[in-house]
Amino acid sequence: MSPSVRLQEMIRVIRSARTQGEERGVIQRECAAIRAQFRQADNGGRSHNLAKLLYVHMLGYPAHFGQMECVRLIASPRYNEKRVGYLGAMMLLDENQDASLLITNSIKNDLAHSSQYVQSLALCTLACMGSAEMCRDLAPEIDRLLRASSSYIKKKATLCAVHIVRKVPELGELFTPAARALLAEKNHGVLHGAVILITELCERNAQTLVQFREAVPELVHIMRGLVTSGYSPEHTVAGISDPFLQVRVLRLLRILGRNNDTASDAMNDLLAQVATNTDSSKTAGSAVLYETVLTVMDIKSESGLRVLAVNILGRFLLNNDRNIRYISMTSLQKIVSTDHNAVQRHRGTIVDCLKDQDASVKRRALELSLALVSAINIRSMMKELLLFLSTCPPELKSHAASGIFNAAERYSPSQRWHIDTILHVLITAGADVRDETVPNLIQLITNASQLHCYTVHKLYRALVADISQQPLVQVACWCIGEYGDSLLQQGECEETEPIQVTEDDILDALETVLQSHMSSPATRGFALTATMKLSTRITENVDRIRSIVSIYGSCMDVELQQRAVEYNALFKKYDHMRAAVLEKMPVMDRSSMGQTNGESGGGGVQELEPTKPKQPEMVVAPQPASQVCDLLDLLGDPDEPSLLGGPLGPGGAPLGPAGLMPGSAGGDLLYLLGGLELTPTPTPATAPAAVTVYDKSGVVLKLSCERPLDASQTITLTATNTSDHDISSLTLQAAVPKNVQLQMKAPSGDSLPARSSAVVTQTVLLNNPNKVSLKMRVRLSYTSQGSPFQDTVQIDSFPTPGL
Amino acid sequence: MIKFVLMVNRQGQTRLSRYYQPVELGRRAALEADVVRGCLYRKKEECSFVEHQDFKLVYRHYASLYIVVGITESENELSVYELVHNFVEVLDKYFSRVSELDIMFNMDKVHIILDEMIQNGHVVETNHSRILAPLSALDTLAHS
Repeated sequence: MSPSVRLQEMIRVIRSARTQGEERGVIQRECAAIRAQFRQADNGGRSHNLAKLLYVHMLGYPAHFGQMECVRLIASPRYNEKRVGYLGAMMLLDENQDASLLITNSIKNDLAHSSQYVQSLALCTLACMGSAEMCRDLAPEIDRLLRASSSYIKKKATLCAVHIVRKVPELGELFTPAARALLAEKNHGVLHGAVILITELCERNAQTLVQFREAVPELVHIMRGLVTSGYSPEHTVAGISDPFLQVRVLRLLRILGRNNDTASDAMNDLLAQVATNTDSSKTAGSAVLYETVLTVMDIKSESGLRVLAVNILGRFLLNNDRNIRYISMTSLQKIVSTDHNAVQRHRGTIVDCLKDQDASVKRRALELSLALVSAINIRSMMKELLLFLSTCPPELKSHAASGIFNAAERYSPSQRWHIDTILHVLITAGADVRDETVPNLIQLITNASQLHCYTVHKLYRALVADISQQPLVQVACWCIGEYGDSLLQQGECEETEPIQVTEDDILDALETVLQSHMSSPATRGFALTATMKLSTRITENVDRIRSIVSIYGSCMDVELQQRAVEYNALFKKYDHMRAAVLEKMPVMDRSSMGQTNGESGGGGVQELEPTKPKQPEMVVAPQPASQVCDLLDLLGDPDEPSLLGGPLGPGGAPLGPAGLMPGSAGGDLLYLLGGLELTPTPTPATAPAAVTVYDKSGVVLKLSCERPLDASQTITLTATNTSDHDISSLTLQAAVPKNVQLQMKAPSGDSLPARSSAVVTQTVLLNNPNKVSLKMRVRLSYTSQGSPFQDTVQIDSFPTPGL
Repeated sequence: MIKFVLMVNRQGQTRLSRYYQPVELGRRAALEADVVRGCLYRKKEECSFVEHQDFKLVYRHYASLYIVVGITESENELSVYELVHNFVEVLDKYFSRVSELDIMFNMDKVHIILDEMIQNGHVVETNHSRILAPLSALDTLAHS
């Protein structure tokens, strides 16, 4: 009785279960029954039970208790039971289970069985889950079977040998002679297995590869026989005789011919013959042609053959079957870097595939198109790509946008075209572009100084039309802020239809951006700054600007509030500086923008980080304006200690009076220590943890570093008073080079009693992302015996804490 | 090489599964669900090859069944596409006009056929009569 009958009953019962819970119940009952039956002694239904168990296992339920039953069934003399036992072994056991060792002996016996079906079962199981020890034990048996048995067994033995070679590569030499001899077989099954075995041997071992190169003529002969033979009912699939074997032989030829001229020469004729004679109307023929193309591309073939191969791929591209189109594009992708010109010929078809329905085909076409862009065809390709961008599926949008940007950067014929292209992309796919697009575009615009008028008009129009695309709005606001005066004068630019733009219009547009709920906080920051900049560029509506700015002084968003308050200060107290602060920006170059962007990281936190580094000079310039004045106050009135002790944020204070011009030469303001020598100071090899940096008139200042990480350091300044008089109102101020950020925490106190009875410590946090050589200038000011003192000390070398 | 062969119906129920590279039981369900999701929701105009994680899937749709084969990068997809069709033809020959129920209720026989065709991740035999020879011998043994 075949084991399937009771299995069918059980399957019927399981199928009739209505819910998952019911099914689980049924299966649990069945499993319990099976387990009980296993525990009993030999009964006739063992194979049925194991078959049922395998079905349950396939559904995903645990079935490990069947493993021992498999072992018992394998040892049974009856074929039915052996069959199910071996099937169970292949499905339930793998080499990690202990039970697998127990079947080694059974397999060994069965390999020598008289019935070839039993032998085949054993071979199959060994090939599936044989462990390394089992393979080593049984390898000689397999070798014997490879040489002398029926073809049915030989073909299974070859695949078993493949598994053995994978598990125990050293045994490869054992099988090499047998494999070579098998190439002379007529039976396609055996031949197929032999080719697979040789492929595996060659891939593992380079010497075997060299040996098998001598077999190339034999392989060529086999292929020729297959290609030219007529209809053979046994192996023909859709008019091609044994395409599976053909594909396999071609793959082996590829491995043998790689990097070897003689072997490649021997194959050239054959490959040409296969390429021309194979009928590609059905998939089987296409499969063979595809393998041929891959082989031609990989070996050292002559150029005529390569051109033939690329033409075949081009023909595939026009095929109706989308599978074949996908395949050809995948192959073209692989060869576009080496045979660029040949692929260029098919550019038209590839670009057409951008409009295909299939998402995979579209993706391949996009990648290929981007690879094919060159200086000559940039304009037409870009048109197609931009068209694609407007209709492409969302998962491809960001990839397409960044590809377009790269291509535009490398091959743009003119700056105006470049800016136009980027604007077009921002308008169509603005939400999917990367974060660094905005600063890159800004930098590009500042460089194209003759196009400022044109650019700002275009951006203004885009802004008025649509304010939902954030990168576009950001760039537009920035440009309007910078070049607002060109926007107001029509006469000078080459726009086709100049429009009348009044100051009110511009301010309306910016206010819309500020108030819209679609604008992200970063965008609103841009808009506010732009509004502020316009106060120097326009003449009539300065009051309107003033009122806008003061409204935002009480905004909920901290960043906007801070900006608005500072700008307010610029209007009120520091009106004389406003023009200088808000002057036009100098041309930026790439590297200086790139450095500060390094900190912005992922696109997540939009609020503070991207805007601050993106506009380093703009944001910081107003800040020191207010801080400078604070320091001036301090310098004038040292009796009022400032608890913060020093300037916050990058940059410090100039030591002289306010002879500074922030804004135009923003760099000079920040880089205080420019005049000092920049020789890198050698870090002392063995440095004590705290270094005395200042010792005069009884005040001793010590400096110690913790956490010697490159980017950020914590420095502790300790002040002691060794003189006989108390010191009060002690303040410490520090300045560091540009690009290093400084933050001073509150000091522990501000008075130092005499004779070192107490100390004042102050922690300073330094952040040095660009790893410039670290220097610091510290200014102390204190009052001793009723009179103020001030002194400055410069620290050139920082001690590294002892390890 | 072939990593696995799956037969799934339109509701996502597995009718046949065979793994040629060991995959532990817990991960099998997740893998099958992923693969099925990748294939079942593709429209008719899309091609039969899907790239999934680090291997490729070749699937074919026959009436209510999807046959999905997972292959490694180096394998020729068109060849495997033909192999799937060959497999279905063999099943058709054995069961005379095979349907999903035939496969479900004769799972062990289908496994035997599959073993005759694919062993250890590679193709063994593609000739229909030779594949079915041992099975018919087994049947005659069983009936006699």
